[in-house]
Amino acid sequence: MSHLLRERAPITEAGWVLLDDEARERLEPALAARKLVDFRGPRGWEHSATNLGRTESVGESPEGVEAAQRRVLPLVEMRAPFAVARAELADADRGAEDVDLAELDRAVHRIAVAENAAVFNGWAAVGISGIAEASPHDPIALGEDCERYPRHVAKAVDALRGAGIGGPYGLALGPEAHTNVLETSQHGGYPLLEHLREIVGGPLLWAPGVDGAVVMRVGGGHFLFESGEDLSIGYLDHDTEAIRLYVEESFSFRIATPEAAVALTP
Amino acid sequence: MSAVGFDQYHEPAEELPDRTRTFARLCASLTEEAEAIGWYEQRMALEPDREARAIMRDAQGEEFKHFCMDLEFLLRRTPLWREIAEGILFTGGDIVEHGEEAEEEAVEGEASRGAPAPGSESLGIGGLREAAQ
Repeated sequence: MSHLLRERAPITEAGWVLLDDEARERLEPALAARKLVDFRGPRGWEHSATNLGRTESVGESPEGVEAAQRRVLPLVEMRAPFAVARAELADADRGAEDVDLAELDRAVHRIAVAENAAVFNGWAAVGISGIAEASPHDPIALGEDCERYPRHVAKAVDALRGAGIGGPYGLALGPEAHTNVLETSQHGGYPLLEHLREIVGGPLLWAPGVDGAVVMRVGGGHFLFESGEDLSIGYLDHDTEAIRLYVEESFSFRIATPEAAVALTP
Repeated sequence: MSAVGFDQYHEPAEELPDRTRTFARLCASLTEEAEAIGWYEQRMALEPDREARAIMRDAQGEEFKHFCMDLEFLLRRTPLWREIAEGILFTGGDIVEHGEEAEEEAVEGEASRGAPAPGSESLGIGGLREAAQ
């Protein structure tokens, strides 16, 4: 049995399929970072740190000996707890199609937002530098006028090309910017979405957890997400009414080429 | 009523899904074919009669064929291991090296496409770059 203790939960095989499928379905649209960066792993729950390939000097070392200590980036563990009513799972086993999994949906959204936020905005407390904050390019203000978005995004793409970063590029849009884009048609009714897609030449993504937007090189070894344990559902405990579960992952994120992205501020 | 013993099942057969039982039956067949191949090899080594050896060699060839068919069935149902096998079978050079390389490439490749590592209970989401294209 793994540390997730799934076998201890009073959940049928069909119930686990239901929970896993629901989590997967809700997670994948929201996990914008994984659609743009390089994903490595999963290396397993026991994997604790990412090798940075660098050393730092040791203050005191034995006489006549040179010493250095390896630098690593420890993985961060994230866990979002939720509960499922036992009656709902029993109904699912009877064939119910409208099972209430609202708490699960909210939990997986929280963890997806947290993952995006760590990758794009950074998380100083765990040593993660975010793509937007690490970019050496001047941030570009999106502003209120959505019809000017193509100009801003084109400017960001130009900045990347000027820095020697070729495509494909991708555009991660925070929820507000994404809504604005979907709602806007330019002169002649041409959707803004399509115009932006033509400019970046790659994916245009809804990225909950991002403030504003980020234009970046897709893949290419510039942004490295290392997964220890990939997103998984585990068991905490239960009573006669509910089963308490959690969705969990461990990961690190590091940037090899900060200039391969441009931040667009709200 | 005493239960009939079926060696290919290590767990209570009635609790196993159909797919697993079929998989286990083919694993048992694979084992039996491999054993028969070894037995014929030993018999041929000791049999002085040329005609008898020829029959055994022909029979051993059949066992090899059955072994290959069983193996192919199992690999068709385990895509990750099929990919690893493709890096090992019918290659020249160091077999162990090919095995290590094939496993590393296949596991990494499958993970980047969204599959969990072997034995993992994760949701198997992995990298989503292909999904975004």
